[in-house]
Amino acid sequence: MKAHLSRRYRFSASHRLHSEQMSDAENRAIYGKCNNPYGHGHNYVLEVTVSGQVDPNGMVCNLVDLDESVNREVLSRFDIENLNMRPEFADSVPTTENLCTVIFDLLNQDILKRKFTQAHLERVRLEETMMNSFEYSGD
Amino acid sequence: MLYLTRKAEFAASHYYHNPELSPEENRRLFGKCNNPNGHGHNYVLEVTVKGEIDPHSGFVVDLKQLKETMHREVLDAMDHRFLNKEVPEFRTQIPTTENLAIAIWRRLAPKLTNAKLHRVRVYENHDLFVDFYGEE
Repeated sequence: MKAHLSRRYRFSASHRLHSEQMSDAENRAIYGKCNNPYGHGHNYVLEVTVSGQVDPNGMVCNLVDLDESVNREVLSRFDIENLNMRPEFADSVPTTENLCTVIFDLLNQDILKRKFTQAHLERVRLEETMMNSFEYSGD
Repeated sequence: MLYLTRKAEFAASHYYHNPELSPEENRRLFGKCNNPNGHGHNYVLEVTVKGEIDPHSGFVVDLKQLKETMHREVLDAMDHRFLNKEVPEFRTQIPTTENLAIAIWRRLAPKLTNAKLHRVRVYENHDLFVDFYGEE
C-alpha cells in the first residue's frame, strides 16, 4: 500500500540575488531590492515528501532517519548561514528555485547512497515567505 | 474535473507497538511513541473529492452530505478515542499516521456515491502529514 509522507522543517538564512554575468544596472533591474549588496534574510520552511509502501511497522520511512538526513544534508549546511558564501552557490544565484533543486539533489543523493529507507524522494517544497513557495520533484 | 477539499479535526490518543518484535526492539524502533499508556494528537483530516460540476446545482458534491459522511464514518469512531483500543482496524494494525490515512480512505471510499474520493490527507501535527491516493 503506497502512501506519501511529508514533514516540515525550518531554517533561516540570508542571501543576495546578484549574477556576475550581468551588469550592476541589469542586476538591479532584474532582482530589485533582492540585489541589495548587504543581502537580506528569510525564515524558510522546507517540506520534504517521500513515498513508498507502508511497511509492517506502519511506516513509509522512519522519521528518525529522515530527520537525521535533513539535519545533516540541509539544516547543518544552510541554517544561520549566508547562502552566497556557501560552495553550493559558487556558480549559481541562490534564488529559492536554485535552493530548492540543490536541496532535492542533496537529499536524493543521501537516500540513494546510504539506503537508510526504501522510500523514494517525491518532492521538495520550499516556502520563502508565507506568500511564496517553490516545488521541485527532480527532472 | 474539479477537486474539492473539506477539512475536519479530531483528537485521539495512540501508541506504537508491534507484537512481532521484542520489547527492546519496540522501544528502539518507536521511541517515546511506544509508551503503552498512549499519547495524543489533534489530527486534521483533509478529504479531497473529484468530479464534474452538476449543471443543476453547480456543485461537485453536496458538502452537507460529505460533511455528514465524514462525521458518521470517521469522527464518530475516532474523535476523543484511544485508537489502539477503540477503533477496530487498530486491533491488528499499528495506528501510525500512514495506517490512519489508509483506514480513513477505506471507511470513506465506499460511502461517497456522488463524487470520487481523490485523496485523504491526515495531519498528525502542523509539521507531519500523510497523503493516501487509494490502493495501489
